[in-house]
Amino acid sequence: MNQKQSPLIVRLLKGFGMFWWDFLVGDTPELFAAVLVIIGAVALSRIVLQENALAIVLLPLLAIIALALSVYRAQRAARK
Amino acid sequence: MFRRLSVFHNGSNERVVRVFAVTSVSSGVIVLVGAVFLACAVEMVEALTIVLAVGHTRGWRSALEGTVVALVALAALVAVFGPALVHVPLSVLRLVVGAILLIFGMQWLRKAILRSSGLKAKHDEDAIYQETVAELEALSNRPDRDRIAFVMAFKGVFLEGLEVVITVLTLGTSAHRLGLAITTAGVAIVLVGIVGAIVAKQLSSVPENAMKMGVGILLVSYGTFWVGEGLKVTWPGNDGALALFVGLYAVILWLLITLIRPSRSVIESEVPA
Repeated sequence: MNQKQSPLIVRLLKGFGMFWWDFLVGDTPELFAAVLVIIGAVALSRIVLQENALAIVLLPLLAIIALALSVYRAQRAARK
Repeated sequence: MFRRLSVFHNGSNERVVRVFAVTSVSSGVIVLVGAVFLACAVEMVEALTIVLAVGHTRGWRSALEGTVVALVALAALVAVFGPALVHVPLSVLRLVVGAILLIFGMQWLRKAILRSSGLKAKHDEDAIYQETVAELEALSNRPDRDRIAFVMAFKGVFLEGLEVVITVLTLGTSAHRLGLAITTAGVAIVLVGIVGAIVAKQLSSVPENAMKMGVGILLVSYGTFWVGEGLKVTWPGNDGALALFVGLYAVILWLLITLIRPSRSVIESEVPA
């Protein structure tokens, strides 16, 4: 269906969804995925294993690794 | 900020001692104000560049109308979603907001690292201004009520403003300091607006990449802190952990920039004699 023929509410919802997709995923899907992994790992260590100290170390460490890998990916792409 | 303490003694000789002590502002508040101020200033510079280009090229009436309508729409979003967010359970809110800030902050840091190391072109307000002017001048028809100027100004202000709204709402509600976040955003917007109106076309001299680095560090720090809070992590030093994160991420940022920046010898070897 042509977008002009879509009802206003559908277009608004589509626009809203696209905005959040671009905002959170965009051209860095690896960062989005990494944050899901971080939340899973910290939840596992804090809520399941009851290890607060492990969670304290894991959270920033995984964020730093995710950032470094994303930068490395961009660096490799730029040099191709 | 001063706090009054009253000390009472037993018996008829009741004595009231008023102690005025400087209440320490928590590091959480400092990081909140810094993050909101810098993020709003950066987005305001970007929005102002577009409005100035539209105003200079197509006339100020429609450019200002587009700006005002966008600001009203953004204010309505804050009015609707601000109070609604307060009713979300705090741990859920902090987990969701922390995740958003972590993603958003890492995206900003990634861009800042790539720009600092020369792998990505720096955000050039002069180039954006010239591009917008060229695009508008190509559309020679300029009616009294200029729909194109209105739409461009509206889009520029609304889209940049939306990032400000998200930053203010997420940071403000999670820290239970929505009023402070809104006030800080207002101050940043007014300050950049006044300075921007004075210096007009010299917005390119704003150290935008350095500001984005600062915002990225603050957003990632808050994101880390709140994801942890949302998952019941007890941080050592409570709010003080935020300051530690700021320092840690600043060092990591510097390390990553240093590591991926091509060394001088490499650059020299690539330059033909």
